[in-house]
Amino acid sequence: MRKESTKRELNIPAIKEGTVIDHIPSRVTFKVMRILDLKEFEHTISVALNLKSKAMGKKGIIKVGSRFLTQDEVNKIAILAPNATVNIIKDYKVKEKINVNLPNDIRNIIKCSNPNCITNEEKVKTLFHIINKAPLQVLCHHCERVMESDDITLI
Amino acid sequence: MEFKGRDIISIRDFSKKELLYILSIAKKIEKNSNPNLLKNKLAALLFYEPSTRTRLSFASAIKRLGGNTIGFAKGEVTSMKKGETLWDTIKMVEKYSDVIIIRHAIEGAARLAAEAASIPIINAGDGANQHPTQTLLDLYTIQKEKGKLENINIGFLGDLKYGRTVHSLAIALSHFNAKMFFISPNALKMPKHYLDELKQKKIEFTEVQDLSKVSKQLGVLYATRIQQERFPDPLEYEKYKDTYRLDKSLLENSKKDLIIMHPLPRVGEINPDLDETKNAVYFKQAANGVPVRQALLALVLGKIR
Repeated sequence: MRKESTKRELNIPAIKEGTVIDHIPSRVTFKVMRILDLKEFEHTISVALNLKSKAMGKKGIIKVGSRFLTQDEVNKIAILAPNATVNIIKDYKVKEKINVNLPNDIRNIIKCSNPNCITNEEKVKTLFHIINKAPLQVLCHHCERVMESDDITLI
Repeated sequence: MEFKGRDIISIRDFSKKELLYILSIAKKIEKNSNPNLLKNKLAALLFYEPSTRTRLSFASAIKRLGGNTIGFAKGEVTSMKKGETLWDTIKMVEKYSDVIIIRHAIEGAARLAAEAASIPIINAGDGANQHPTQTLLDLYTIQKEKGKLENINIGFLGDLKYGRTVHSLAIALSHFNAKMFFISPNALKMPKHYLDELKQKKIEFTEVQDLSKVSKQLGVLYATRIQQERFPDPLEYEKYKDTYRLDKSLLENSKKDLIIMHPLPRVGEINPDLDETKNAVYFKQAANGVPVRQALLALVLGKIR
């Protein structure tokens, strides 16, 4: 582990088992929580925001006890936090690092920012195609509007 | 190339090869039309938004090939007013017809219709998004009038921000190495993401406000109407509506074989004194809508392979 993050451990207690999502842009940390659907979650969740980061200015960390994220869930995070690192922790140790990969298509996670899009008019599952990864640009499958990361809102 | 059962929703769905194939079929049909090609075929024309050219040329295209139409145009009573969803309307209409042609004010409506239907859907315009049959007839017109599609110099003039015909034609012509000139007031410039897309495809383009600065370089001038209905503020519209007015003086400062296109309707951008010149091709362009739409109908209904 890098020096920087060892220091960070002082802010948030280490977890015995679960998932640590690091390097989240600070301002989207709560959105990442929403994507992971942790509302009803019963185990420990630690969240820290506005942590200093050399690489990204301010970052957020989420530690979720007793839950191991799947590759699909990790890919959803990529829409908001393409540079996040996801570590699976077992017995206080990093057992696995999962790479965050933007999927080619995003199904039913984000909302179209075009008020005149049919997906905002009728009950339809949204679909977006990734047209550029960095900076993120997505194309609405229905109205073909291009959105950049600042326009992205979750359903 | 298999077109039977296919939807015609967006110009982005077609490869260069497919575009050229559709144009070649249109040419064949225009030369040698079979009045029974679509015999016993019924097309549903669902026009939720006003349209003159598109609706009439679709109806003409079908009927001249021996088919028939059902449907409605805006203003007529439909269940839409009772709150029926588009999805439900399509689920019903697909049982009444062999192909559905839809125009709708909401963007993505045609794509949704295609998801609902098992019969082919043809998009006749969805809001400010796509109007693929217009783009195909624009390509057909350029090919016919200039004798080629490759390497043309084309100027797009007027409302480049809201004009869907401009957006789609620029994307289509990016397959053919066109050199593009975007001529508009600053407030109505081509949206950035389209320019980004052209850059990615290594298409050379220039943005200017003054037509006279580039008119000598153009082989095609594609003029558009400043669309009042897209302006939230009527005062803004007043400011821009008279920005460009083309008349015969344009021809003194341009190539002899310049062609002037316009998707119509025009409201003042083109002086009727240009109509009689050989440079004006906008009425021919509108007429080309018929063979192009005939080709598409014959292809998606599996009558030409």
